[in-house]
Amino acid sequence: MKRFFRNPKRIFWATLALMMLGAQAAWASSPAAPQPMHIMEGYLPLPWAIFWWLVAIPFWIIGFIQIRKLLKERPEQRLLLGLSGGFIFVLSALKLPSVTGSSSHPTGTGLGTILYGPFVVTILGTIALIFQALLLAHGGISTLGANSFSMAIGGPLVAYYLVWKPLKGRVPIWLAVFLAAVIADWMTYVITSTELALAFPDPNTGYLGSFLTFAGVFAVTQIPLAIAEGILIVLVFNALQSNAPEELAELGIQGGAA
Amino acid sequence: MTAQSSPKKTRTWLWTILGVIAIILLMAWPLMTVKNSDFGGSDGVGSEVIAQIAPDYDPNWIHNVWTPPGSETESMLFGLQAAAGGILIGYAFGYFRGRKQ
Repeated sequence: MKRFFRNPKRIFWATLALMMLGAQAAWASSPAAPQPMHIMEGYLPLPWAIFWWLVAIPFWIIGFIQIRKLLKERPEQRLLLGLSGGFIFVLSALKLPSVTGSSSHPTGTGLGTILYGPFVVTILGTIALIFQALLLAHGGISTLGANSFSMAIGGPLVAYYLVWKPLKGRVPIWLAVFLAAVIADWMTYVITSTELALAFPDPNTGYLGSFLTFAGVFAVTQIPLAIAEGILIVLVFNALQSNAPEELAELGIQGGAA
Repeated sequence: MTAQSSPKKTRTWLWTILGVIAIILLMAWPLMTVKNSDFGGSDGVGSEVIAQIAPDYDPNWIHNVWTPPGSETESMLFGLQAAAGGILIGYAFGYFRGRKQ
């Protein structure tokens, strides 16, 4: 019993500490309002743009295969899958104000990650990214690989394997849902900062200094948004538990009594 | 089930309302405390950080396939995106609820 609880607790505190640290580092260095969202078209040098495309492609393929399999074997999941995708569409369209004086948007990837795992979300998130890159000049085609990796691949992967799976069944379900959603959102921007730091190391302070500068911009702005997104996903999840218990049960999540 | 569900339902509603209030507060907090900011996510500012770190970098090696002509069109398209997502969510929830009855 003891061993059961030690692990999730550790994750919770480590997460909190990491966020606090991020906040600390950033408040010190936070410059004027930046654009804390996807990486803009052209803002990665060609080699890095290609690199992240190559990294992302295998995930897209796995995601595509998994979605096809899901729809073929469990067509009744279609609606819930659509709902998860719709959720990403709504949330990634909202630019919300944050404490750093700039706006950013949530990712909405947490819900799909919890329900269908990170690979399926890869496809849902990338669809939203393509829409924004083509029609909104928000992000870009050269940076699609990198943006996809941060929002639709890395964030969901971390949230699923490091938060949701270890916590599920060991803490109240709402807490597991909340933390997974917060991490999926927040990690997106940590990864974005990493991608930018790798491409643009600071001439004086190196990769780490560059990472801290970008993280100060992206990750800090994102903290309140990530928390709000976590709460929202818990609310939606509760509504699903009382309205679509069959679908959830099929996915291995106990439904019913919300 | 019915005898039990009433207080339970009340509790669920209470938590839902608290959650919504928390979200609103999280969004209102920066709006009220941070002054002198238009909460821009404007395209120009993000590049500034990169421009500081790597002043020689030229991002103009590629351009967006298409750029909305102005902020009005842009907000329209963002609105469209949100609406599309909202329809999906509403449709699914409507179906689930209707099925329950």
